[in-house]
Amino acid sequence: MTLITMLTTMSEGMLRTIGIFVLTLVGSLPLGMIVALLRKSRFSVIRLLIRVYISVIRGTPLMLQLLVWYFGPYYLFGWSIRGWRFPALILGFIVNYAAYFAEIYRGGIESIPAGQYEAAEVLGYSKGQTFMRIILPQVIKRIMPSVTNEVITLVKDTSLAFTLAYQEVFSLAKQISASQTSFMPFLIAGIFYFVANYVVAFIMERIEKALDYYK
Amino acid sequence: MIIEMKNIRKHFGGLEVLKDISFVVDSGEVVSIIGPSGSGKSTLLRCATFLETIDGGEITYMGERAAYTVEDGKAVYVPHHELRHFRSYCGLVFQQFHLFPHYSVLKNLIDAPVEVQKRSREEAVETAMGLLRKMGIEDKADAYPYQLSGGQQQRVAIARALAMKPEILFFDEPTSALDPELTGEVLKVIRQLADERMTMVVVTHEMPFAKAVSNRVLFMDGGVIVEQGHPLQVFDNPQEDRTKQFLRVFER
Repeated sequence: MTLITMLTTMSEGMLRTIGIFVLTLVGSLPLGMIVALLRKSRFSVIRLLIRVYISVIRGTPLMLQLLVWYFGPYYLFGWSIRGWRFPALILGFIVNYAAYFAEIYRGGIESIPAGQYEAAEVLGYSKGQTFMRIILPQVIKRIMPSVTNEVITLVKDTSLAFTLAYQEVFSLAKQISASQTSFMPFLIAGIFYFVANYVVAFIMERIEKALDYYK
Repeated sequence: MIIEMKNIRKHFGGLEVLKDISFVVDSGEVVSIIGPSGSGKSTLLRCATFLETIDGGEITYMGERAAYTVEDGKAVYVPHHELRHFRSYCGLVFQQFHLFPHYSVLKNLIDAPVEVQKRSREEAVETAMGLLRKMGIEDKADAYPYQLSGGQQQRVAIARALAMKPEILFFDEPTSALDPELTGEVLKVIRQLADERMTMVVVTHEMPFAKAVSNRVLFMDGGVIVEQGHPLQVFDNPQEDRTKQFLRVFER
């Protein structure tokens, strides 16, 4: 197998990796906010459920969670899991990352001084206006470094998709390496992850800089 | 009469912070509230501005009741959406300013008028610029709070409260977080507002200021109003022992 064919085959895997990455962020960034807000719900049952959810997600390996999402419907309900591989994968990633983002959001929300809420209340802002106009913009600025960390971890975690035999770049690297008895695929995969994270870090730094106009 | 608070009671846990306090502020009056810390001064302001809910008593703004006590002695507030209307009657200036750090000075002044009161942006900007001019910080309209001194931040906070066109403005120790050389500039604008007959209630430890600017002084201690009257009377000829004892500390 020439280097060119290797690269061509693997580039399809790279696109799939990027797909997992993008879909996970699109799902988990907003879901995390909903989870963070539900954690402060008036209803103790909801608060308890959210706490259980977060502790289960943080207390078990993502690899195991992915297997449960994929095989769970069959073992639990006897359902056919044909065509379920990709949805299970994305669900597993989103639900996992939402829990981590929720904790980051919670920390950010709690770090905003009570005076900001009081000033908004006296000025007549509604609860929704206070959150969207006064609190959230300040939270976003404060949590950017932690979010960056999490996003970089996600780039590398996409490789866990190999547990469901999804043909992303890491799975392909393993297969090609075994069949061609070559070390090259791992090198290509490694460069791919490194470059991807370099781009992520660059973009996040840009966002942080853009939010630097106030302290 | 702008505000009337009648038989206000408030406790935090087992601690009674306000014990049956009644007071009235008329239009154009400047009332200073003095007293040791923990006497309930701040809590009274926070109840008047609806940041805290009273346990018992009555709050009336402009002749309209915002909270009242039903037969079993518990205070009841008007529904949530009506409370918003009462909030528009009063403004509050905090000890720690609490400006919105992510908004420029101008945005701090126009955001609530536009978003809450639904006034036009042009009118809000015009009002805001007029207020900044009055506060002597017109040139800071595009600055962010962190770029200003404490005295300038507090003047922005006063302008932000005034931009809502309240009937009455409450101040909770407006100069206590400032360096001594910066308190003067803040007191000066409050004095200027007093000259314009803005109705104000000021919790303060600045005794010479309270004496010079207010029409009436309230001395609070232990959750009650111990003594009140014209500043010359309260400061120069206090009737109650507790007042004398408190004022003596400031003479040294």
